Amino acid sequence: MNEFEKSGPAVPGAKTADAKTSRTVAAGPAPGPAAPAATVLDVRGLTIRTDQGRALVSDLSFSIGAGSRLGLVGESGSGKSLTALAVLGLLPPGMTASGSVVLAAGADGPGAEVVGASEQRLTGLRGRAATIVFQEPLTALDPLMRIGGQVAGPLRRWRGLRGAALRRAVREALEQVRLPEPDRIIRAYPHEISGGQRQRVALAMALACEPALLIADEPTTALDVTVQSEVLALLDGLVAERHMALLFVSHDLAVVSAVTDHVVVLKDGSAVESGTVDEIVRRPRHPYTRDLVDSARHLESALERIVR
Amino acid sequence: MSEPTAMESTKPTRLTKPTKLSGPAKTDRDTGTGKEPGTAAGASRGRRSPALVAGCVLVGLIVAIALVSLFWVPYAPDDTSGGRLVPPGLPHLLGTDKLGRDLLTQLMTGARIALEAGLGAIAIGAALGVCAGLAAGFATRWLDDTLSTLLDVLIAFPTLLLAMLMVAARSASLGTAVLAIGFAMTAVIARLTRILVKRVLALDYITAARTSGTSWPRVITGHVLPNIWPTLVVNLAQQFGLAVMAEASLSFLGLGAPPPNASWGRMLHEAQATVFTAPTGVVAPGVLLVMLVVGVNLIADGLRDTLDPTRRRTR
Repeated sequence: MNEFEKSGPAVPGAKTADAKTSRTVAAGPAPGPAAPAATVLDVRGLTIRTDQGRALVSDLSFSIGAGSRLGLVGESGSGKSLTALAVLGLLPPGMTASGSVVLAAGADGPGAEVVGASEQRLTGLRGRAATIVFQEPLTALDPLMRIGGQVAGPLRRWRGLRGAALRRAVREALEQVRLPEPDRIIRAYPHEISGGQRQRVALAMALACEPALLIADEPTTALDVTVQSEVLALLDGLVAERHMALLFVSHDLAVVSAVTDHVVVLKDGSAVESGTVDEIVRRPRHPYTRDLVDSARHLESALERIVR
Repeated sequence: MSEPTAMESTKPTRLTKPTKLSGPAKTDRDTGTGKEPGTAAGASRGRRSPALVAGCVLVGLIVAIALVSLFWVPYAPDDTSGGRLVPPGLPHLLGTDKLGRDLLTQLMTGARIALEAGLGAIAIGAALGVCAGLAAGFATRWLDDTLSTLLDVLIAFPTLLLAMLMVAARSASLGTAVLAIGFAMTAVIARLTRILVKRVLALDYITAARTSGTSWPRVITGHVLPNIWPTLVVNLAQQFGLAVMAEASLSFLGLGAPPPNASWGRMLHEAQATVFTAPTGVVAPGVLLVMLVVGVNLIADGLRDTLDPTRRRTR
C-alpha cells in the first residue's frame, strides 16, 4: 500500500523551518520535485480544556506537510478525536482550545489561525483547507436526505456546479470511491445501504471538497474487518492520487502504520512519542508505545500460530 | 517502509453485497435524481398508510360540512319557529333543541367553529412555539435556561385557568378561547421544538456537514429543520385534536363562542337536561367531535409513517 508513497518522486527534508519543541514531529516529504514544501497543518502547543478547567489535550505540537501523512495513535479518551475536531474549530460546546492551529488557507500565502477565529472565517476554511471523515458513517450521514443530495452539497458549494453538471459530478464522485450501481445509491437513503458503502459515501463527500488535508478519524473502526481493509486501501489510493495530506487518527497502530509514514503517540492528552512508523514500530522508546506495538504483534502472532 | 503488522491484504476487491432497496421514495430532496418520476409516484401511492387515508376521510367529511355551512344551512341559527324538541324527521332532519333551533344547522356551523378553533390555536401555538423552541435550542446556555424556565412555568399553568382569566379580562368569544388555547399550546410546542433541535445538533451529521464548510444558515435549513420537521408535524396534528377538544370543553363551560354561534361544546351543554327525551342533541355533536379528533390523530399516525424514510421501508 505504501508503494504509492515510494513511487512518488520524493523530496527529503520538507520540514518546516520553525523551531520545534521536543514533541514536534514534521511529517514527511512533499510529492513532486517542483512543489515547495508547504505546510498544510501546523499545530503548536495545542491545549484543550473542559469548562471545569480539566485539560483533555495538553501542549500538543505537530505539523503536516503537503501530501504527507501523519498518524495520531492512542487509546480511547487520549484526546485524539478532540484534536481532530479542534483542527477545524469544531470542539463540542463547553470545551476551549488554546495554543495555535494553523491551516494552509490557499496554495501559497500565509496560513490561517483556527484557534479563536470567527465562525464565518472557519466556515470558509472547513472543507477546502481540511475536512474530516468520521468513525461512524451511519450517524455522519443525514438520515432523511438521499445520498445524492448529500454528496451534491460540497460539490455545489466548492465547485459551483448546478443542474446536469452537478448530477454528473455526483455520479463521478460515487464512482471514484468504487461504489457499485451509483445510480441506485444516489437515490438511496443512508439506512438503505451497507456500512462499507456508507463510509465510501462519506469519503466521496470529503473528497468532493478537494481538501488540502484529509482528517480520517477512525474511519474503519466501525466496519467489518474485510470491509475495513478495502476502505483503507481505497482511502490510501485516493489520497495518494490527489497528493492530499492525511491526518489519520486511530487506536490501532497496525492500521496507522499501514497508511501513514509518521506517527504521534498520544496518551492522556499528551504526545509521549513521535517519529517515523519505522522507528516507532522497531524501536519504541516509551513504555506505552511498547505496549501498543506488543499488543499489535501479539494479535498477529496469535493468528499465525493458528495458521501454522 | 516496513509493515510489521497484519494489515497487508488490502487489495481493493469487490464490495459487500448491496442491500435490497424498497424502491424510490416519495419526497425528492436530492438534486442528483429525478429520472423516473412515474415510478416514484407509483411507489408512493402503493405505500400510502391506511391510517392516513381513514383520517383524511373523517376530517374531509367535517371540512366538507363546514364549507357547506358557509353558503347554505337549512335554517337561520336563531330561527325557533319549528317548535321545541321536535324529533328527527322532516322538515327538521335531526330535530330541534329545547329552544326550537334546528340541530342540523347548529351542527354545521359548529363544524366551522371547531375547525376555526383548532386551526387558530395551532397557528398561534406553532408560530410562537416553534420560534421560541428554535431560539432556545440554538441559544447560549444562559438564554436557554431562562426560556426553559419560562416554558416550564407556562406548562404548569392550567389551560382552563388561563382561559378563565382571559375571558375575565376580555369577553367570552371564540377569539378569546382560541388565544387561551394557543398560548397554552405554545409552551408544549416550544419545549418539544427545543428538545428536537438540541438532539439533532448533538448528532454527528451536523458536525460532519460543518466539516465540509456548510454555513450555519445552510445547516439549519438543510439538516436541522428537515430532521425535526416530521416529529413536529405529527405533534402539531395531535395538538390540533387537543385544541378542538379544548374549545369544546371551554364552550361547554360557557367560556367559548357566545350564542347564536353554535359550538359543539355548547350544544352538548344545552342538551344535557334532555339527554333521555331527545338523545340526538347529545349524540350528534358528540359523534362529530369524536370523528374530527380521531380523524386528526389518524392523520398524525399516518404522517409519522409517511414522513420518515426509515419507517417507510417496513411497509
